[in-house]
Amino acid sequence: MGDLSRPATEFVERSLESTLESVDHAEDLAVGLARRAGFDEEDLMKIGLAVRESMVNAVVHGNRYNTNKKVRFSASMNGSRFTVRVTDEGEGFDYVNLPDPLTPENLLRTSGRGIFLIRSFMDDFHARRLEPAGTEVTLVKFAVSK
Amino acid sequence: MSVKLNTRQVGDVSVVDVAGRITLGEGSSALRETLREMVSKNQKKILLNLGDVSYIDSSGIGELVSGFTTVTNSGGQLKLLNLNKRVKDLLQITKLYTVFDVHEDEAHAIRAFA
Repeated sequence: MGDLSRPATEFVERSLESTLESVDHAEDLAVGLARRAGFDEEDLMKIGLAVRESMVNAVVHGNRYNTNKKVRFSASMNGSRFTVRVTDEGEGFDYVNLPDPLTPENLLRTSGRGIFLIRSFMDDFHARRLEPAGTEVTLVKFAVSK
Repeated sequence: MSVKLNTRQVGDVSVVDVAGRITLGEGSSALRETLREMVSKNQKKILLNLGDVSYIDSSGIGELVSGFTTVTNSGGQLKLLNLNKRVKDLLQITKLYTVFDVHEDEAHAIRAFA
């Protein structure tokens, strides 16, 4: 859990290429900010993985590695609220009708666990389609006073 | 650090020592290629030692599942060894922990192959 003894406001924003290097970069930025905000190692792992999965969705499934399309990434700590926003320029992704990766028929599927892990590790997650194109996902983790 | 894979033979069991990150890209494809090559060489008993795996994402989990399926469908067995807390937590939350045969001791794992 995060330490609320140092309430802080910090914000980072980047326009990133649609590459796997951008996935690593975004994860590093988010974890760095969360660490400075006082989240513990367990939460840093959860935040890092959730950001990684969101960025992979944007780069791979959203922008499909298209070098002409960017991923907009931002992370902020405002009071006890840590927020990450990832926006791609792709065709859109159906975040609602996803198969449940925990059902017996899906358990041995080799993909389809990313959103499930994000939802499991963050306190809030939502996605919305943008016009004319793109998807914006927002991840929230709350720091809790020790 | 990306993933490093080292293969060694203990009796008739092929042990793959995996170190580093199993994530989308080089990490997961290296593991996939190694397991497919072992299956193509008719190696039926494969033990994945994940003790030095520092990071795994959903793609890496997918590769473990893919490897398990590939080996099992070829009539072989794939077992896991030395899961750290991070990997163990991920396999538990995805309900895959019970799918894999997981061991904490190499000698015990070797003996567990029928």
